[in-house]
Amino acid sequence: MKVVGILMLLAGWFLVLAAIVLFSAPPLRGAFILAGMAVEVLGLALAFRSHLIPREEKR
Amino acid sequence: MPVPRLTEATTVACIFFIFLVPLAATGLALMNVGLGRSRSAGHMMMASLSALAVAGIAYFVCGFAWQGVIGGPGHSLNLSGKSWNWIAAEPFFFRKLSFEGSVATLAALFQIFCVGLAALIPLGSGADRWRLRASCLSTGLLAGWTYPLFAHWVWGGGWLAQLGVNYGIGRGFLDVGGAGTVQVMGGLSALAVAWILGPRRGKYSADGMAPAIPGHNAVLVLFGCMLALVGWFGLNSAGAILFTGGEASGAALIAINTMLAASASALTAAFITKVRFGKPDASLTANGWVGGLVASSASCAFVSPAESVVIGSIAGTIIIFSVEWFELRMEVDDPGGSISVHAVAGIWGLLALGVFGQFQRPVLNVAGDLPSAMNGIAAGQWLAQLIGVATLLGFVLPLTYCANRLLNRFYPFRVSVEGERQGMDLHELGAGAYPEFITHTDEFLPR
Repeated sequence: MKVVGILMLLAGWFLVLAAIVLFSAPPLRGAFILAGMAVEVLGLALAFRSHLIPREEKR
Repeated sequence: MPVPRLTEATTVACIFFIFLVPLAATGLALMNVGLGRSRSAGHMMMASLSALAVAGIAYFVCGFAWQGVIGGPGHSLNLSGKSWNWIAAEPFFFRKLSFEGSVATLAALFQIFCVGLAALIPLGSGADRWRLRASCLSTGLLAGWTYPLFAHWVWGGGWLAQLGVNYGIGRGFLDVGGAGTVQVMGGLSALAVAWILGPRRGKYSADGMAPAIPGHNAVLVLFGCMLALVGWFGLNSAGAILFTGGEASGAALIAINTMLAASASALTAAFITKVRFGKPDASLTANGWVGGLVASSASCAFVSPAESVVIGSIAGTIIIFSVEWFELRMEVDDPGGSISVHAVAGIWGLLALGVFGQFQRPVLNVAGDLPSAMNGIAAGQWLAQLIGVATLLGFVLPLTYCANRLLNRFYPFRVSVEGERQGMDLHELGAGAYPEFITHTDEFLPR
């Protein structure tokens, strides 16, 4: 899950880069950049969840 | 690209502002010490000093070469006919600098302090359990590679700064005093370090409780806040001159905005903690103060004082809930509050520039000139700021996390269980910071 979270962060960033290069119309570009950010937020959520401490390891 | 020039008066003022920056580092170091345990206080101060030293050397060796300055040589990629400048190509060891007061010389001087400041931030999240040598290795990585790369994109004429020129997105990503380049960079490193180290022993119990481990010296923490304020005046004013083409006369507005953002943030934090817990919390108020300073860094030259108060108030509110969310919900043990104060408040500051930024004076763009056609409200500036934040979260965080994890594999970051119980001072340095407070049993043995 850690790896998937990190990969999703990267994937979101690549979406943002692609939006800059591929779209010139501001609304479309903005929408794709927001979509990229949304993917990053999902990746971040996954990364946080994967770092929660298992119950048996709490001391 | 032409290299920007400064007048003599602006150069003198800029040097004065840069000399204030180490006070910000001193303030942060004192805060980290005060928010940690007493048995690790000396170790934290030693780690802070070591981080500053390692960061300075690493930046001198290769950091500046990869960061570069506006108008300097760099490597570019060509994507659909546009140049994406992604890394500088200066020689190592400051070899091309002539030290005659040029912008490049001042930028190198400024950055050598900034990179030290960024390196201190992760120490707060790794307090009481991060080994000294491991923290030095991690600092070398930050100062020699991660920081210069992102700083080049923002302050060295890289692709984020070129967004306005190449794609018409506002004026490109703007960050006056390093809210992103220094603070968020350090804050995300702090998150990576906290993930890798795990929480201090006793922080999270099996029954789901997370008892507070209070800092050992509120006086140090609050004194650190006051020192940080002076350092931030220098940080924001020098950044505005070097990276946005500001004049020395603009420093008054910058200082007012910096002060107001910190004040509003600290008062908001004190008010919220008073309402929620019955009494204002000193450490959270201190976190609010520094969070306000951090949030002011991105936009201090381009907003009005009233807008700074709004930015600071929102920063103070975000920090209080963010500290709680990280500690209780996400189980991230961050004794210094570094992640909330530097990463979260820094991101808010960057976005606030896109929301509130008004460009009454020309902004230095990557071509090195001051285009009058680019004054007024910037269309799409919020998008440029959003792209910068997306880069920090989507590129800098994974890079920092993976690099530190790799380091941790070869040289484990975390101190042994026995070392943590004993305290970092005794375990790693062989002497405590407050030796007179310790009762040595051998002193009471019959002789």
